[in-house]
Amino acid sequence: MPNSAKVGDIICTELIAAAKKDRNILALTTDSRGSASLNPFARALPDQLIEIGIAEQNSVTIAAGLAHSGKRPFAFSPAAFLTMRSVEQVKDDVAYSNTNVKLMGISGGNSYSYLGNTHHSLQDLAITRAIPNLEVYMPADQFQARALMHYLVQSEHPAYVRIGKRALADIYTSEAAAFQRPGQGNVIADHGNDIALVAAGETVQVALDTAAILTQQGIRAQVIDLVSIKPLDTDLLNRVADQTHRIVTIEEHSIYGGLGSAVAEALAPRGDTKVDIIGFPDEPAIAGTQDEVFNYYGIDADDIAARTVRQLTH
Amino acid sequence: MDIQALERKAAEMRKTTWEMIYRAQNGHTGSDLSCADILVALYYQVLHQTAESFSDPDRDRYVQSKGHAVEILYSVLADRGYFPKEDLLTYSQFNSPYIGHPTNHINGIELNTGSLGHGLALSVGIAKAGKLDGRDYHVYTLMGDGEQAEGSVWEAAMAAGNFHLDNLTAIIDHNRLQISGLTVNVMNSEPLADKYRAFGFDVVEIDGNDMRQLVDTLQTRNTPGRPKLILADTIKGKDISFAENRPEWHHKIPTPEQYQQGLAELDEQIGGLVHAK
Ligand SMILES: Cc1ncc(C[n+]2csc(CCOP(=O)(O)OP(=O)(O)O)c2C)c(N)n1
Ligand SMILES: [Mg+2]
Repeated sequence: MPNSAKVGDIICTELIAAAKKDRNILALTTDSRGSASLNPFARALPDQLIEIGIAEQNSVTIAAGLAHSGKRPFAFSPAAFLTMRSVEQVKDDVAYSNTNVKLMGISGGNSYSYLGNTHHSLQDLAITRAIPNLEVYMPADQFQARALMHYLVQSEHPAYVRIGKRALADIYTSEAAAFQRPGQGNVIADHGNDIALVAAGETVQVALDTAAILTQQGIRAQVIDLVSIKPLDTDLLNRVADQTHRIVTIEEHSIYGGLGSAVAEALAPRGDTKVDIIGFPDEPAIAGTQDEVFNYYGIDADDIAARTVRQLTH
Repeated sequence: MDIQALERKAAEMRKTTWEMIYRAQNGHTGSDLSCADILVALYYQVLHQTAESFSDPDRDRYVQSKGHAVEILYSVLADRGYFPKEDLLTYSQFNSPYIGHPTNHINGIELNTGSLGHGLALSVGIAKAGKLDGRDYHVYTLMGDGEQAEGSVWEAAMAAGNFHLDNLTAIIDHNRLQISGLTVNVMNSEPLADKYRAFGFDVVEIDGNDMRQLVDTLQTRNTPGRPKLILADTIKGKDISFAENRPEWHHKIPTPEQYQQGLAELDEQIGGLVHAK
């Protein structure tokens, strides 16, 4: 087993396996099969891949029609176009009409790097989270991607999955530990009750690295992988708030409306827990590689650790 | 400029683009080479616009809907003096405005494109404003043929016909390819000429890599009351032998050997056009 993998490759493999057994499972692409890592699917099951062309709105609504007629479509497009260009199609035809469409947002977050802000999806969580009857997931490694796919291929619920571009290092050692059911997050490191770091997707690794730096400085952190942005594991968040009263959220998303907002909304009524939201500021993202951009905005372990130490000691 | 000089300029711009993409290891090679002649015809012969007059409300407008072919646009704008040529060295570097799609932080670029299917509607808005204000500038927009699958293109086409925008010229870079292969196989949008005619456009079909045809067609005034569509048949990856008509060269980056071979081919082109004088 390699110790890192591209989530897109895992999803393709799982989708092929499921689609061989269930011929109603379909992949829809919008001139995006390559970046969706779906070329193996296209070769293995050409009749179960429907190419829509460069038409993301059309793809979502065609998927809704297919789902209404007993099919189980997985619609793959770049996350920015899938969630923002097609937002009304997602809201009305998928979520509101309750059609079983799985919206697979590829090259999510900042992963298109130098292609710029037309291609970034740094608002997709804010948008999808606000739509009733839509589950929202962000897999953090290959085990989680696999477990999530096992759930998605048999679930009857509309869902949005945000997938990054680069290979992700393993966080987990088993699928069972990585994802159990909608609305369940995981405590993946528990050094103590000074602070809790909450993340999802690519920033889970950042949170783990931050916790390691904090440990060296005598600050004991818990690390939470939410994976299910919606439904949200409010029980877990409340338990963590009871223990730490201090939470830092780390996300590859605008600081408005994403994971940090979800956590803050859940915990605000308590009135006893500080939530520090780390993510992209309210401006067009600067140009750079993903790592350069994360560093620039302080979404990296060194910066987050330093910021946390400052806040805990003042 | 005479046609030969324009052809030579197009070859030089292809070379600048090839160098830029290789240096940055990033870019849409085939898409750039496909439309180099179209951009050169526009910027050196057709557009009533200069670097100095870019804020003039009467300037002609160019909106590049197929924003991913940005390297050829940067090459041409730099050569036309919209910004220093050295700026091209920062393409795809940290904190550079010269990224993989056009942004209007850069002198010479009207609006931010990159998400396909926006350029025609933006141009309809600009052309309509020209009519409302009684200005006689002309608006040009360049789209891809794969891009024609976006429904927004057809909403805009309907509006252009409906508003009788004879100050609008849309160009389709008709290279018959998109990322996943032949456009007729991915999502067939043909017959494009008939469709645009049905939406109220005059349609002119030309060889979009032929400078004389480009200049002649672009300089011909629209029929009063009608928007114009130029269906420009092009070769994706034009003038790099191993990239021509190859879908993978949409955004493939040359290896060191390919880079050298491509440079040699482009240099030969440029040299040939000098001697032919
Ligand atoms: C709305 C949207 N969907 C998808 C993409 C990704 N994309 C960039 S270029 C391209 C193919 C374009 O093909 P075509 O329009 O034929 O342009 P060409 O490069 O061949 O000139 C795609 C799908 C995008 N930029 N915008
Ligand atoms: Mg094309």
